Amino acid sequence: MKFMFIVTSAHAGPPTPELMEAMHKLANREIKAGRMLDNGGLMPLATGAQVRIANGKLSVVDGPFVEAKEVIGGYAIFELQGKEEALASAKEFMQLHKDLMPGWEGVCELRAFAGAQTGD
Amino acid sequence: MNAADTHRAILGVWRVEQPRLITRLARMLRDVPLAEDLTQDALLAALESWPRSGIPERPGAWLMATAKSKAMDHLRRRRMLERKHLLLAEVSEASPSFDSEDTGDDEFGDELLRLIFTSCHPMLSPEARAALTLRMICGLTTEEIARAYLIAEATIAQRIVRAKRSLSESGLVYETPSRGQLSARLASVLEVIYLIFNEGYTAARGEDWIRPALCDQALRLGRVLIGVAPQEPEAYGLLALMEMNAARTPARVSPTGEPILMAEQDRSLWDALQIRRGVHALRQAETLQGAKGFYALQAAIVACHSLAPTPEDTDWRRIASLYGDLSALFPSPIVELNRAVAVGMVDGPERGLLLLEGLRDAPQLAGYHLLPSVRGDFLQKLGRHAEARAEFEIAAALAGNRRERDLLNRRAREATAVLPTSQAS
Repeated sequence: MKFMFIVTSAHAGPPTPELMEAMHKLANREIKAGRMLDNGGLMPLATGAQVRIANGKLSVVDGPFVEAKEVIGGYAIFELQGKEEALASAKEFMQLHKDLMPGWEGVCELRAFAGAQTGD
Repeated sequence: MNAADTHRAILGVWRVEQPRLITRLARMLRDVPLAEDLTQDALLAALESWPRSGIPERPGAWLMATAKSKAMDHLRRRRMLERKHLLLAEVSEASPSFDSEDTGDDEFGDELLRLIFTSCHPMLSPEARAALTLRMICGLTTEEIARAYLIAEATIAQRIVRAKRSLSESGLVYETPSRGQLSARLASVLEVIYLIFNEGYTAARGEDWIRPALCDQALRLGRVLIGVAPQEPEAYGLLALMEMNAARTPARVSPTGEPILMAEQDRSLWDALQIRRGVHALRQAETLQGAKGFYALQAAIVACHSLAPTPEDTDWRRIASLYGDLSALFPSPIVELNRAVAVGMVDGPERGLLLLEGLRDAPQLAGYHLLPSVRGDFLQKLGRHAEARAEFEIAAALAGNRRERDLLNRRAREATAVLPTSQAS
């Protein structure tokens, strides 16, 4: 089953060097173990843009954005056996954040891809 | 959470932690079968105590500490303490907090390479290699492996125990194939991965025609292999072949479980991204001068199918030519059979039938249901319906899988009617 992990946080700013290194190691391990298919950190929201539909109108809003909100920091795509494995994996990933960037708050959301379900 | 949920949760954690656990133990002990024993012991300990105590906050550290203490027990029992005093020092300095002694990137890769070459050692039977590989690299439990193959759990357990014992007795517990040996030994690894994939892709026995879980494990193994052997074109060739075949999975089975022949599949259901990955892997094989490899050639053939928007767009001439290459380099009756199908599409069913004549007495095809199936297909195209029906009936009797048998019986019944066109599978 394919899963996407999406990390969001209200905490602006890049990870600490220690966290970067630990995440890099973890990612490499997961890639080598044949489980992680793709991953990426995203540029700050201020550098991006949004195309919105509201009140029947389509509009383009270029960054920076006024509202402070939960921002997507990055994502990863895994091929895993099921939700339990995804949860365990996400927990390990977030534990790194807790250990190496104290005070950071955020969410790692994991969702399976829609479509053909594989596995038992 | 009820007991079943807890069990699943524990196995989920297990799968995440298993690769690091076994590679670290293998490195520490310089003994792969022993490392496998100890990881299993750690799993059993977790299954025993976590339902009561809850899953620990740092399950990896818990498992590692448990495995290490069992290593100590084991070494003590073998009275090797004096020789392993250096190892003990390493063990006792282990940090219980987050993985400070996490192996470096290269080390993890090196250990994976060792694991995969050990589990796929040519001295073991292909079945033993498959079971051991699924256990050690994919982290499947014995029960999961048994379920995947529809074989009794005890049989799989025995297979794995015997395999580990054979390795130990031959002193092959911790090898590092040299660069020269790597390519030679690669064949035994590729064979195992392909075996696992094929069992999932067209199940030899049972009710289900395909078992996607096994294909997923094989694909994972393929990804591991290109990670640890990035200069080996055949590793890319095999991954390409598997990706492109697996890409058709959503279209291969009807909602009620019947197989759908490739020519009749809804190609919009084929996973286009997966095909793209497969084609990319094939290009990498070609870049590494591996275009004429056993798996690369097969991948090139599948690519012809995968890239044809409709069956009528299929480049059968190229397929026939590739089968010619395959036949010249890796002759086998099965390759000839497939070549006959392709030639039949290019030069007509009469020509195809002629090629099949040479295969009549091939011992390797004696019980192989696809030979009469292909013959039946040619006969039907030539309007020789009664003969076609007879061939499909022979094929159905030989088919080991219920779904395949049903399909062939259906073709036998339909052969008596006059159909406007019929397609190759």
